[in-house]
Amino acid sequence: MTALLATVLGCILLLLGSCFALLGAVGVLRLPDLYTRMHAASKAGAVGGGMILVAVALVSFDASIALRAVIGAAFLLLTTPVSAHLLARVSHRGGYHTQTTMFIDELAAASPSKGTLEQ
Amino acid sequence: MNLALTITGLALAWAAINGNFSPLNLLFGAAIGLLTSMLLRKWIAHPRVMRRLRRIVSLALLFFWELNVSAVRVAAIVMTPNIRAALRPGIVAFPLKLTTDREITLLANLITLTPGTLSVDVSEDRRTLYVHVLNLKDRDALVAEIANGFERKVQEVFE
Repeated sequence: MTALLATVLGCILLLLGSCFALLGAVGVLRLPDLYTRMHAASKAGAVGGGMILVAVALVSFDASIALRAVIGAAFLLLTTPVSAHLLARVSHRGGYHTQTTMFIDELAAASPSKGTLEQ
Repeated sequence: MNLALTITGLALAWAAINGNFSPLNLLFGAAIGLLTSMLLRKWIAHPRVMRRLRRIVSLALLFFWELNVSAVRVAAIVMTPNIRAALRPGIVAFPLKLTTDREITLLANLITLTPGTLSVDVSEDRRTLYVHVLNLKDRDALVAEIANGFERKVQEVFE
């Protein structure tokens, strides 16, 4: 009974996770600039990957695999925002702040000198 | 730490009674031990430790909820036919009350994984966190929401 429940739950998570991963990829394609794209890549990507890993943990029926999958999901959630943050920061420091897609930019107002590629 | 010792002991006892010392079963035993010591906190653990633990659990629950809301919201935006009309991006300066590196790191990571916000940069003096917002409606409301939500909870965990 619990085995069946775990399998069904795992399958649902696997499907949901794949959908989020797909939508994250579509978001990276469709969104207009790097910052908005990082939203799709970091959130939908982390949730999608995390769900798939938890699904693996549920359907594996093996403690060592399950534990590693859960640890993998935890590290995914820890590291994805760091890479998104770094990409956004570097592109802002590199002078890539498109005024056409941004309504306000308080970072550019606070550090106008950083709008060059040399830094 | 007294509590860690209690939980380890309870986990070992659980595994011994089950006759199964697999990592997963030990972990399960530790979870039950934690729950038990939370219920019996007056008699087992120092109240401050338990309060901190409760705050960590509360922060984690809020985070997982917000994470799922955020993924659904981004997915919804991605699927709208006119994607530019659904967006109102901007970078907002968030005044930090947190001071230490690990607090700020945790808050920045939490912000990135929650609906519509993404940490971009921290000012040199660590007083301001710059947050990119996907759909900016009310700047001050957003700042208040982060200050009263995640920032306060992070502060409570580390105090």
